[in-house]
Amino acid sequence: MSETRTPTPGELFWGFLQIGGLAFGGAVAWARQVLVDGRGWMTEREYAELLGLSQVLPGPNIGNFAVMYGRRCHGLMGSLAAVGGFFLLPLCVVLGLVVVWQEFGQNPWIGAFMKGVAAAAAGMALGAALKSGFRLKPPPEQILAILVIAALAAFWRVPLPWIILIFAPICVGMSLRRAFVARAGV
Amino acid sequence: MSPSPLDILSTFAMLSLLAVGGANALSPEMHRILVDSRGWMDDATFSQLYALAQAAPGPNILSASVMGMAIGGWGGMALATIGILTPAACLAWTVAGWLEALKGAWWIKPAQAGLVPLALGLMGASGFILGEAAAFFVLAPFITAGSALFIWRSDRSPLFVLLAGGMVGLGVYALG
Repeated sequence: MSETRTPTPGELFWGFLQIGGLAFGGAVAWARQVLVDGRGWMTEREYAELLGLSQVLPGPNIGNFAVMYGRRCHGLMGSLAAVGGFFLLPLCVVLGLVVVWQEFGQNPWIGAFMKGVAAAAAGMALGAALKSGFRLKPPPEQILAILVIAALAAFWRVPLPWIILIFAPICVGMSLRRAFVARAGV
Repeated sequence: MSPSPLDILSTFAMLSLLAVGGANALSPEMHRILVDSRGWMDDATFSQLYALAQAAPGPNILSASVMGMAIGGWGGMALATIGILTPAACLAWTVAGWLEALKGAWWIKPAQAGLVPLALGLMGASGFILGEAAAFFVLAPFITAGSALFIWRSDRSPLFVLLAGGMVGLGVYALG
């Protein structure tokens, strides 16, 4: 399971530069692609656990992720390398876009292309969730929780702070109970 | 009236700690503060800038940088970016430290494992929400579904799927 490798600060910078630069429509799916499948720095489980924590904290999910993962690898240096790499390209691109937007307004061909990309990017988030879910094989109560959380967020548009306030304690409690029972059984 | 640098910094720093779940969760609050409460920009400018930030790669939180640029030029951009990122990053840093200190405790692993359903549930939900927002044309949901299937079942780079989606978008426009 733990055939992962700890990256150097330089590798962290480049890895997160790639995540940020490629991440159309959100970085979560790309982070999984690069860190788990691409570089083998984390296992599927380590990724999902740290991501869960990043989502519970305020701020950009993968930004928080970069801070915490960088610190775990190389302390402050690691955090700065990961966060710096992550934000560098997107910041340049988005500011370039603002300048272009202020100059040229909207080109319908670029708009049409971007709409197709946006639709495909949405599928990326879905596909990444399916891939992680099937690989991790969570226990039944967690599968139920995943479906309930997804439905509340996607269909009923329950505000995120509520979902987290309600489900973080429930899910952590269920997981602790399972671990406690397993421990007592030994 | 142009806001002072301190105004910009403090406004975005306060938004930072409200952004539970990232910038998509933040957008209604950002709109309320920037447009309705402070009056720093009008409705149309806000929505166009927001769409622009969505179209760029990377974290949607950078919509704050874009707003900052519209409010106060390059200086406003820098202040908004620093403001929106710093408080949340400090909190994440602190939490990572607690995690390290508690590494040996038997309950820390299962507690973290308990957050997996939140991670996966919210990831899936964001796919649905983005897919709905991106359904500008009839074929769009099919692109979304096809892309989800490709990512799930294949280990090839997602770039293929994004490019293919863009080409379909162009084709629909050309024929449309």
